[in-house]
Amino acid sequence: MNYDYLLTGPTWTTASVLLLALLVVPALGAAVVAVLPARRDRQARIVATGFAAVTFVLSLVPFFAGERGQGWVAFGGPRDTAPLTPWVNLDLPWVPALGLRFHLGIDGISYPLVVLTGLLTLLCCAYTVRKVPKDGGPGRTLSALLLILEVGVLGTFLSLDLILFFVFFEVVLLPMYAVIAGWGGSERRAAARKFVLYTLFGSVLLLLGVVLVVTKAGTGNLIALTGAPGLTRTTQYVVFALLAVAFAVKAPLWPLHTWLPDAHTEAPTVGSVILAGVLLKMGTYGLIRVGVGVAPLGAEWAAPALGILAVIAILAGSLICLRQRELKRLIAYSSVGHMGFVLLGIATLTITGLQAALLGNVAHGLITGLLFFLAGTIKDRAGTGSLDQLSGLRETAPRLAGLFGFAAIASLGLPGLAGFWGEAFAVVAAVRRGGPFWLTLAILGAVGGALTAAYFLRLLRRLTHGPTTPTVHALRSSTAAVEWFAWTPLILLTLAVGVIPALVLAETALPLTTLLGGHP
Amino acid sequence: MNARVAVGLLPAVPLLLGLLGLALPPGDGGPRRVAAALGITGAALALIDAIVLLAVVTSRGEPLAASTRWVSFGDLEITLGFSAGAAAFYVALAVCAVALCVQVYSVTYLHDDPRYAPYAAQVSLFTGAMLLVVTSGDLIGLLIGWEVMGACSYLLIGHDRRLPEAPAAAVKAFLVTRVGDVGFLLGIAVLIADAGTSRISDVLAHDYSSGTLTAALLLLLAGVAGKSAQFPLHTWLPDAMAGPTPISALIHAATMVAAGVYVVFRTFPLFQRSPAALAVLAVMASITILLGALSATAQDDLKRVLAWSTVSQIGYMTGALAVGSPAAALFHLLTHAAFKALLFLAAGAVIHTVGTNHLSRMGGLREHMPVTFWSFVVGLGALAGVPPLAGFWSKENVLTAAAHATDGGEPVPVWAAWLVWVSALLAVGVTAWYATRLLLRAFFGPSRQHGPDGPDWEIGFDDARYHVPAVPHDPPGLMRWPIMLLAIPAALLGLAAFAPGFRHALELEDPHLGVAILLPLLLLAAGAGTAWWLWWAVPGVDPVLALGRAGPLFASGFHLDHIQSLLVVRPVKALARLATAADEHVVDATVEGTGKATRGLGGLFADAHRVALPGAAVLVLFGALILSVVAWLGALS
Repeated sequence: MNYDYLLTGPTWTTASVLLLALLVVPALGAAVVAVLPARRDRQARIVATGFAAVTFVLSLVPFFAGERGQGWVAFGGPRDTAPLTPWVNLDLPWVPALGLRFHLGIDGISYPLVVLTGLLTLLCCAYTVRKVPKDGGPGRTLSALLLILEVGVLGTFLSLDLILFFVFFEVVLLPMYAVIAGWGGSERRAAARKFVLYTLFGSVLLLLGVVLVVTKAGTGNLIALTGAPGLTRTTQYVVFALLAVAFAVKAPLWPLHTWLPDAHTEAPTVGSVILAGVLLKMGTYGLIRVGVGVAPLGAEWAAPALGILAVIAILAGSLICLRQRELKRLIAYSSVGHMGFVLLGIATLTITGLQAALLGNVAHGLITGLLFFLAGTIKDRAGTGSLDQLSGLRETAPRLAGLFGFAAIASLGLPGLAGFWGEAFAVVAAVRRGGPFWLTLAILGAVGGALTAAYFLRLLRRLTHGPTTPTVHALRSSTAAVEWFAWTPLILLTLAVGVIPALVLAETALPLTTLLGGHP
Repeated sequence: MNARVAVGLLPAVPLLLGLLGLALPPGDGGPRRVAAALGITGAALALIDAIVLLAVVTSRGEPLAASTRWVSFGDLEITLGFSAGAAAFYVALAVCAVALCVQVYSVTYLHDDPRYAPYAAQVSLFTGAMLLVVTSGDLIGLLIGWEVMGACSYLLIGHDRRLPEAPAAAVKAFLVTRVGDVGFLLGIAVLIADAGTSRISDVLAHDYSSGTLTAALLLLLAGVAGKSAQFPLHTWLPDAMAGPTPISALIHAATMVAAGVYVVFRTFPLFQRSPAALAVLAVMASITILLGALSATAQDDLKRVLAWSTVSQIGYMTGALAVGSPAAALFHLLTHAAFKALLFLAAGAVIHTVGTNHLSRMGGLREHMPVTFWSFVVGLGALAGVPPLAGFWSKENVLTAAAHATDGGEPVPVWAAWLVWVSALLAVGVTAWYATRLLLRAFFGPSRQHGPDGPDWEIGFDDARYHVPAVPHDPPGLMRWPIMLLAIPAALLGLAAFAPGFRHALELEDPHLGVAILLPLLLLAAGAGTAWWLWWAVPGVDPVLALGRAGPLFASGFHLDHIQSLLVVRPVKALARLATAADEHVVDATVEGTGKATRGLGGLFADAHRVALPGAAVLVLFGALILSVVAWLGALS
């Protein structure tokens, strides 16, 4: 990147430096950590945590620095609504010859996800300072990979240019492959390969869709594209179909989910946390921002199919969970069900539904992140994740059992905790759409809620209640400081978002109205 | 203090203290004193708050209400607020009083429970959640309290680590109510989606089409059936007896099961507009009244008798609602809260001293436990409806309302009103029968404590370690006082119907003692007399044997557990097997198959490139031939 461009950028303010810093700081951190010598392994991990902490603080700032709710720029074009107005915007030429621009921005839709990413990466880096998975690579490499992952994920959430979005979307793939293959469980190579091949397949479709949009519309600018003034109906159908499949692989939506249980089960604890907490969100975020935003007619056309698949995901995910015998695998499958609720919300194509989806996204990141942290701890200490060998945890490790119970109850959607809003209002949104079709989906979704309770209660009954098994009897019950550090923010945020859902939703109404073309 | 703040604090204080209590070390030997202090403080503060608010709202003469925007989903506005009149505060008063008794009582009852801190905290949360249901002015707020209660009941029923059936009972309680809550959530969703807001006052005023309204109310009723243990979702309640006895008192008297009745009471203006929903409620109530009463006759477990009696009594309340008398329902809810809390706490005292739940191992306790005995007399008398105890007045109200509705002129169909009235009348006799049997079997006759097999199954931490004393005795002070205090309202609360303030708050009709009370009294005497005669005629034999083959049927609750397992549990398990198999053998197999096929294809081509020299030479020549043909054709054209 040429220095002159930086100086002559049209909207070059302190706030837009911030956006760049959000990507540069973790990238720099990864580079620094990677070059530190092997004997400084522990220090390197602390340095990585420092960089992650700075990034997290930076990720909080846009809310205070940006210009929220003000008209920022008026794009021309045949549209009847106000364009997307990011709080902070950074638009630089990137490859002028190809018309590519380095265009970043943040608004109410991406902000909660950006903060979530910053938080979870920080927690995972801190966790890695003390807990490096055994028989894996060096700890500092894992920390560096976490930071690279963060660059990719933040870039995806911040991009306002389609090509840039695609690039960042892909940046995530290889580090995640390395995390699973380098620090995972016994079947890690197969799981990592499946993950990378499956998601690459999605990426091919994403690339096709992105290129199609850019060639047809002549621009990759998401602000200009949102509302799709320049795309014909047919193009929108094709684009949405391509993008929806690509994002459905990532989200994952049934029946494109089978990479997920393997990847989650084999990934190290921090890998599972990042995967569930952040990476899956890229799929749903992409579907909202790019899919619905760029091809609204396509979205409308595909919504019933999306709704049906979402409900199948909810039901199939919960039913499959009833049969799981491995702790992490069960939680992984529970993600399929939860993301089903998120996709049901999106499929309704109402502001209510999309807001429920955004909230469900964040809630799932918090709760499932916590669940994976706790499951990782239990698995580490007991040496097994098999539910047949784990029983009576509340006898030997009451606090751990209590926290796991809290996370499980949050995950089954107890009102007053974060998980409730997204799921309940996805159902409300479907009811609101009205008509026999959406009512049926709503009813089936609500039944899925009961099934979710069923499998989590089954899990708790096996894991925490009942007589103590020898494995659990030998389990160490004390909790390390770093574990508290990783868990506490997630516990508190689960409560906080449950009590004050406006924390996530406050600024989403305006951009979502724009996305939906002004229709409520 | 501002009245608004005070209403907000009513649920907030127990909830916050409960959360604080959960943060205490949960393990063996946690800080018992701090935990108990937090629990008792929370309940006591809430009680004081409720009393003050009741005084305020009575003097003002209008409900307290306030709300603020909580969050918006699209154009649906969710508010955070409360709206509660005098009736709500009477319920809140009952909740807080019972909760305080339970907190104090538990200190002694669970005196050697190593996990007391989470227990006390969960009781606080439970109380706070119920108070949230009672005061909430918004359907979503109500739903939060509603579900938090479900979670707390799950945790508390599964509290006892030595009871193998406790975890299963806990899961059952949560799951059965959760199945009902599928309907509850959908019902609320329909109400909100149509009205565009979740504020209860707006929802009540909204003009729904009759089809939408009936659908929404029927869905709500599913949730009510789950929480209030109404047929067919009542199956969790008898099993929930695996929880510690004070928890049974809490669940049965003031919190969980009362919530369903309260919600129908709260949304009654909607129900009045839907005769179909009322008719369904009436049928549900009639079945529940008789089902509960008949099942109670044949139980050998003291607590299960009381549990089934709760099912039946809640049926009276929903019956009263169905026949258009929310006031009678609420009155019965309040008296029931008093006498059922009394009965459970007194039952705890009995179990505490004899170390068993089984009536077949009791007998002859009257001389040794006079306080407990008289508490039982008052409680069972109130339950059966012996004048002038509390239950007599409230049950009389329900019967009068039902009889009144049989004349027509109420929204509910006349046949439904007849159904409620007849089953409620019949159940009066049955109730008297099992109450008498319970009293006689437990407190009279010779002691059967030292049977050939020793105590059967034991409940509670306390009892499992308890050295059964040579002579049973009344419980220590911290257990005795709550029992004695609860005996007062159980005996006298019915007379409140003569107090104009109370009657006005509930919108209760004047008590009128006409000839109509003779019929229930006759049935009462017949039921009690039969039980006594059976017990007296053949000494030492359980009167239930006189039921013959109906006995085991009643004891098993009409095999409904079995039917539920057959109709719901097994199909779901089969579906789960199917879904898992499909996921592994179809969905994932396709993916794996694609991968394998690609590799295989690659291998095939790789092999093709490694053929032996002669074959390769032939292939090269063949390729050259094709190329030259193509070139030749190209040259031609």
